[in-house]
Amino acid sequence: MTARERVAGTVANYVDERTGAAKWMKKNLQKVFPDHWSFMLGEIALYSFVILLLSGTFLSFWFDPSMRHVTYEGSYQPLKDVEMSAAYASALHISFDVRGGLLMRQIHHWAALIFMAAIAVHMMRVFFTGAFRKPREFNWILGVALLTLGIVEGFLGYSLPDDLLSGTGVRIAHAIIQSIPVFGTYLSFFAFGGAFPGEVFIPRIYIVHVLLIPGIFLALITAHLMLVWYQKHTQYPGPGRTEKNVVGYPLMPVYMAKAGGFFFIVFGITAFLGAVASINPIWLYGPYTPAQISAGSQPDWYMGWLDGLVRMAPPFETYLFGYTISWNILLPGLIIPGVIFTGIALYPFIESWMTGDKREHHLLDRPRNVPNRTALGVMSLTFMVVALINGGNDLIATHFDLSINQIMWFSRIGIIVLPPLAFVITKRICLSLQRADREAVLHGRETGRLVMLPHGEFIEIHEELSAEKKFALTQHEQPKAIALVTEDNQGVLNPKGLRARLQARFSAASAENIAKPTAAEVKELESGHHS
Amino acid sequence: MSKELEPLADPGLPVHVNRKADTDPIAAKRAERQVAILFSLSGVGTLLFIYSFFFIKDDVFIFLPIMGTTNAHQLGVGVGVAMSLLFIGFGAVHWAKTLMPDQEVIAYRHEMRSEEKDRQDLVATAKEGAAAAGLGRRPLIKRTLVAAAGLAGLPAVILLRDLGPLPGNSLNETSWARGTRLVTDPGDRPIKPSDLEVGAVAQVMPELAPGKKRKLEDIAKDAVLLIRIRPSEFQLDPERLSWTHEGIIAFSKICSHMGCAVALYEQTTKHLLCPCHQSTFDVTRAAKVIFGPSARPLPQLAITVNSEGYLIAKQPFSEAVGPSFWERKS
Repeated sequence: MTARERVAGTVANYVDERTGAAKWMKKNLQKVFPDHWSFMLGEIALYSFVILLLSGTFLSFWFDPSMRHVTYEGSYQPLKDVEMSAAYASALHISFDVRGGLLMRQIHHWAALIFMAAIAVHMMRVFFTGAFRKPREFNWILGVALLTLGIVEGFLGYSLPDDLLSGTGVRIAHAIIQSIPVFGTYLSFFAFGGAFPGEVFIPRIYIVHVLLIPGIFLALITAHLMLVWYQKHTQYPGPGRTEKNVVGYPLMPVYMAKAGGFFFIVFGITAFLGAVASINPIWLYGPYTPAQISAGSQPDWYMGWLDGLVRMAPPFETYLFGYTISWNILLPGLIIPGVIFTGIALYPFIESWMTGDKREHHLLDRPRNVPNRTALGVMSLTFMVVALINGGNDLIATHFDLSINQIMWFSRIGIIVLPPLAFVITKRICLSLQRADREAVLHGRETGRLVMLPHGEFIEIHEELSAEKKFALTQHEQPKAIALVTEDNQGVLNPKGLRARLQARFSAASAENIAKPTAAEVKELESGHHS
Repeated sequence: MSKELEPLADPGLPVHVNRKADTDPIAAKRAERQVAILFSLSGVGTLLFIYSFFFIKDDVFIFLPIMGTTNAHQLGVGVGVAMSLLFIGFGAVHWAKTLMPDQEVIAYRHEMRSEEKDRQDLVATAKEGAAAAGLGRRPLIKRTLVAAAGLAGLPAVILLRDLGPLPGNSLNETSWARGTRLVTDPGDRPIKPSDLEVGAVAQVMPELAPGKKRKLEDIAKDAVLLIRIRPSEFQLDPERLSWTHEGIIAFSKICSHMGCAVALYEQTTKHLLCPCHQSTFDVTRAAKVIFGPSARPLPQLAITVNSEGYLIAKQPFSEAVGPSFWERKS
């Protein structure tokens, strides 16, 4: 026994005698994690969160969340002697007079963008592979909550410097609050301590940004990870992988080294971006005043779709009995986002109802094998992308010399026409890919090698797939549609008439697939029936 | 699913193939050296950081291809930190991939659902507990408890009452009153019609009593744009026309959509454009909305001149400025 092993033994003994954790520790150090690049997306989000906590703590040592009027005396000459809020002055101080301050500000902002991007892409991975299915519905909902909180947290964060751009964003948020029927005006007066902009919103959103939401984040992330741990990770299908096992590497040492190393890589890349790529140069915008604005005002990307929806909303208000309802703000600013996020959160239950599938699933789907879900996903993404494009319509117009009115009309029509079109096209592509899989299993891979037969005929050599590959292409289930029961054998109408009809319709759509090769077909080929 | 749709038997996990470093001690030694080099590069990055932090002044700029002129201090500090982190990561991952065991292992899952007996026991325990508390038998307790708990949430809401004042009529009011002089912003100088040429645009504020400072929440409602065009170009009803003066027309600068500053004026088309959401207003037709999401024209301020020839407000705004709200009379 080496000296090091003795020390390790002593430490383990010390801990176990006080916690009795030996059995639990042993089991969990050997915990198996399946390996796939797409499982790193959630990790990126987690690590970005840690980076945000670290860099944010650094920034908070100098940031002064106050709207007290000060005269700028720092080293950035163009703003010398300009009146501004203490918040903006201290953000300039961090950028110009604290060594490494600008780097940390840029790391913090880049990490926020990467955090949101990682969450969004991680969510797409979970959606398209069906990882949200039973028993993981709770974790999906936790994920939707984290996404929503992330959008709010990011918005509050870039509002803090109190520059002209961020103040404009707050102005818009204020208008959304104020548009809420009946009590919106009161809500906005409470939130802002009076009329906009007032002198309290920076300290208020500061405490929400650095304490309240990060606290909720920590709790939700912990629950999210504990569920992943307890339910064990899903895995992609393939030879040797079943619903009953997990194939992968043990936590100690392989996964620790890979995940730990990956944390440093994510941090390193974020730091590199912070070093070389300028982001949110607040000193160029100047302090906020409600009477000024800079052209090309843009929110961060994860808010862009919301701004795009607001921009394309029809100019529609209702005036009733002396009261005003601003549909042009309510609809894109609150109602549609509310419907979208509720729909996302409930999707696991909606799909389970549509397909009638109530079983546990630990093997992931290949997106092509579930054409309906994949098409729904692409449809929703198309909606978001059109909204996002419209959020940048002014920049697109100036960069590509287009008419902003035309882009707006493209978006207004496109947001209604393109998503259904995307659904149909995606579903057809999925079915074609299924057909290609069937071909490959039955007739092998096209090798591109042409051979001339003695009688002059040209044929292309097809190479038979390996048993592993054939299994991977045929292991999935193809669900059958739920039979519609309109009346029982006594002739009594089904009391759930409309619901049953809808379910039968949806389940028929979900069951639309290209029949995968049956055992008989494959056997026939293996017995030497090559064509 | 039925068995006949499971066409092929699972061939099982593919046979494990050894990496070079698993069998060849020389390759293993090489991998070890590579990992060590990567970790050392991280140390180099830390040194670069320390050097840049202390010894490169923050006003030194260098020229780099692609990046252009760059602050050397910021670049050295940032790239140093990035290197010190990145190479630890690269080293650890390379170590895991070349030298740590890469044999996949199999663990088994358990179904989430508990054993039937445990489930029944839980139901029994819960029932027993509820019965012991007697909630079912004593509905009075249950109802008063639910009501009390609901009411106890009220203080949490009511306590927030003093977050801000009640809006009252304040959203309908601005600092503009009958006779208020229009002053330039910035500068606070009163202006005469002759100060504005045809085609000119200016931002104005209501004149302040001497010694008073303008608050941001006043600016957020009072800001006005003054635009001068040829009087013949107006297409206004007689009342609105009487609100203009020698081709000078005044609108609230605060967008009637979401309150951004409507700052872009296109001289040739005489359109005002809000940069936030592209609502476009036609100056010649009393700021009628001709494009974009805004549902209302920008409120027009009636102006005239006083006896000294300075531009003044004829009357306060006839409607609330800025974004809509529930109590807004239209």
